[in-house]
Amino acid sequence: MSTVFQQSRPGREGVWPKTPSGQASDLLPPDLLRDGPSGLPSLSELDVVRHFTTLSRKNFGVDGNFYPLGSCTMKYNPKFCENVAALPGFARLHPMLPQLPRGDELTQGALEVLYETERWLCEITGMDEFTLHPMAGAHGELTGVLIMAAYHADKGNKKTKIICPDSAHGTNPASAAIAGYEVVSVASKDGIVDPEALAAVLDDQVAGMMMTCPNTLGLFEQNLPRIVELLRSVDALLYYDGANLNAVMGKMRMGDAGFDIVHVNLHKTFATPHGGGGPGAGPVGVCARLADYMPISRVVKDASCRFHLRYDYPKSIGYVAPFYGNFGVVLKAYAYMVRLGREGLIKVSENAVLAANYLRKRLDDVLEVPYDRICMHEFVASAAKQSEKGVRALDIAKALLDKGYHAPTVYFPLIVKECLMFEPTETESKETLDTFADDLRAILAQAETDPAALLAAPVTLPVTRLDETAAARGMHITEDM
Amino acid sequence: MPYVPHTPEDARAMLETVGVSSVEELFAEIPLALRPKSFDLPPGLSESDTRAKLEDMASRNNTALVSFLGAGFYDHYVPSAVDALTGRGEFYTAYTPYQPEASQGTLQAIFEYQTAVSRLLGMDCANASVYDGGTALCEAVMMAVRQTKRTKVLISETVNPIYRILVDTFTRNLHLSLVTVPHREGATDFAAMQAALDKETACVVVQNPNFFGRVQDASALFSAAKAVGAVSVLSAYPVLASVLKTPGAMGADVAVAEGQSLGLPLSFGGPYLGVMTCTKALVRQMPGRIVGRTEDSKGRTGYVLTLQAREQHIRRQKATSNICSNQALCALRSLAHLCLLGEEGLKRTALLSMENARYAAGKLTAIKGVSLLGQGPIGNEFAVTLPRAAQDVCLALIGRGLVPGFPLGRYYQGLENALLVCCTEKTSKRDIDILAAWLEDEL
Repeated sequence: MSTVFQQSRPGREGVWPKTPSGQASDLLPPDLLRDGPSGLPSLSELDVVRHFTTLSRKNFGVDGNFYPLGSCTMKYNPKFCENVAALPGFARLHPMLPQLPRGDELTQGALEVLYETERWLCEITGMDEFTLHPMAGAHGELTGVLIMAAYHADKGNKKTKIICPDSAHGTNPASAAIAGYEVVSVASKDGIVDPEALAAVLDDQVAGMMMTCPNTLGLFEQNLPRIVELLRSVDALLYYDGANLNAVMGKMRMGDAGFDIVHVNLHKTFATPHGGGGPGAGPVGVCARLADYMPISRVVKDASCRFHLRYDYPKSIGYVAPFYGNFGVVLKAYAYMVRLGREGLIKVSENAVLAANYLRKRLDDVLEVPYDRICMHEFVASAAKQSEKGVRALDIAKALLDKGYHAPTVYFPLIVKECLMFEPTETESKETLDTFADDLRAILAQAETDPAALLAAPVTLPVTRLDETAAARGMHITEDM
Repeated sequence: MPYVPHTPEDARAMLETVGVSSVEELFAEIPLALRPKSFDLPPGLSESDTRAKLEDMASRNNTALVSFLGAGFYDHYVPSAVDALTGRGEFYTAYTPYQPEASQGTLQAIFEYQTAVSRLLGMDCANASVYDGGTALCEAVMMAVRQTKRTKVLISETVNPIYRILVDTFTRNLHLSLVTVPHREGATDFAAMQAALDKETACVVVQNPNFFGRVQDASALFSAAKAVGAVSVLSAYPVLASVLKTPGAMGADVAVAEGQSLGLPLSFGGPYLGVMTCTKALVRQMPGRIVGRTEDSKGRTGYVLTLQAREQHIRRQKATSNICSNQALCALRSLAHLCLLGEEGLKRTALLSMENARYAAGKLTAIKGVSLLGQGPIGNEFAVTLPRAAQDVCLALIGRGLVPGFPLGRYYQGLENALLVCCTEKTSKRDIDILAAWLEDEL
């Protein structure tokens, strides 16, 4: 379909404000002015509405499609949370108001949301302090690693390395590298971190280790107590990547288990929408001994239950965000927590784990499941057997699109061949899981009888498979003028 | 319970299939020693009670004040269709478009967004956005450091002070030398920046209009930077970019902007939109997602994520950035906003905002003891010097229901009497007259 630029007709009136009194040349000298038009389109309101409505129909989303994309926690996003975030008392609030004299008084409601959300996250994770500033999971990781660096610098430790398991998300090593650390990989054994392998790479240069638990194979890291002990022996910190927190609420708390730093993906576990890639939110929690290094500002509650922002923390790493994080996202997550409460959050994890195990059992006779035991909220299967017949994980993914499902995550984690990673989440009904399993089984049966048909999938969507190599070579990344 | 559909019968059947007798058995792998020491949270509330609780909290924020507060974050009118379109679940409940055939809506929208912001800033190309304008500036600095393999960063003190603090945090462990070049009465001191340029300089960083609202031309600095092999970085204000000389025309290699003013609510600081654009030569240094046009197996036009060899999920610790998300929904909002306003609507918004600022500057400087801070062209924001501390004046006027602007002393030593005043197209002459009258009362 045509782009908005192709649809543009000069002179067509959109949502214009009133006519200004003069022209730009009345206000500024010509050498400071733009030379020629900007090239933005001219469209009527209906042109725009129809264009974006048509585009939206070319998208799968949780509202319309089962979306078992592993590690992404594509659960249902309650609608009322959108209304809450749009309340004018929040949406119209200027972020610099608290920096005005006695500005805290103008923003008590918003500061209370920040304070209360931090308290909830502390109790859920067992950490002592939280900051809501990081604007995504990877941003939380970077914040966490900067806190780690500040801690070691303050203690006079000379540390140069961070350990990441081979099953880690790519953001873990990337975040460590951006904070100036060398990344050391540690191999897994039976799908979880092997303490012996860890001990072999551990020395007093190690600043910390980044772990996801349950890990990206959907397995609980049973050797955690031993890992904590090993790291403590060299004054290295243990970082928890909260991508998979959805599996363990009320079942394990990171602080109790010995983690020093935690980030939480609010957009996953706390049901804020993923928006086609963002915005998310990646708050970070720490244990008490790291509290001094937290980013500023920090929100505090005084004896008379008034809330204030404080900046006077001399050991703080500084600002990681211009203000208080993605406040609109925090609001939705807070509303979700308040709605569900203690029992609800526990049930979220229980049912996420139940659904994943159910789906695993419905598929483990037709797909190879390399770690076929009780999993947490997701599991990894392999299409290695199918690939011998020429049907790869990618082909199975595309065939699922034809049946109206979003595909599972494919080719991640890197340590499983022809990997398919399923995360059904707690919000999908048994009927949905059953129909999905039946449809996937039909695809796998077809892989035996008519593999060629699967290689052509998808055939029911607006486009068939796209040439990614040509895209990278042609680098056509904007519309020509 | 809400959002979990399993009836007791469903749960029983599912447990049976799994081969366990209880949900608790599913968690048997978590050692007892690791079980929670506490999980002390309140019980859940109904949707209605939850909304009431949040409405009460919202009511304890004061958004009724007449405000001249901008300082990088602006209250422009957002057409109603923006909410209606971006509220469609097909957009906001989708994920990063890893399966392009099922995500052409998101992908084409990002391609159009990349085109719109590239054109607006006069640059060759854009990424799919980063978190906000401040982290976009940090990423721009890192791009320059990678490209030049140099470590000296020259940044003007007229760049948003919050962004400068962010750059400091993010580069702290990378052993860079950050040199801040002081402002000259609210203007960017191009002569001093040029004098500090040398063959160790990775980049020069300026903002236009700068934090004081002043409009200047960085062309000469940028060509001097080019001559020594340094990268030129400009932080822009996208609404005014529709009328001002573009970063591209000035010779910027990287242009970034806070995209909040393009259709996003102020929302107490986020989510916002980090607009990031650059020249073709630098595109492989750019962080984040980039969407490219291609064809499907039948020759039809389609869109995919491209140049992914820069990214963390492929390159891990060797990636250009750790960033994984983009602000896709915010980018979509800004694209819909730009389409609804169009070329003419955005230009009008800029002109009306600037006309209002001139009217306000005239009214305020007519008050005895009030003068403009420095001389020179302004955009929609300007700084005035008051005869007494701006903090005190601000406090008094807030008490009467009006925020007169931002007291600059918080970030600029010696400017304790200076106030930064912002107008948009929404500012009324009547409000400006009240501001002038009340300010006169207080002084």
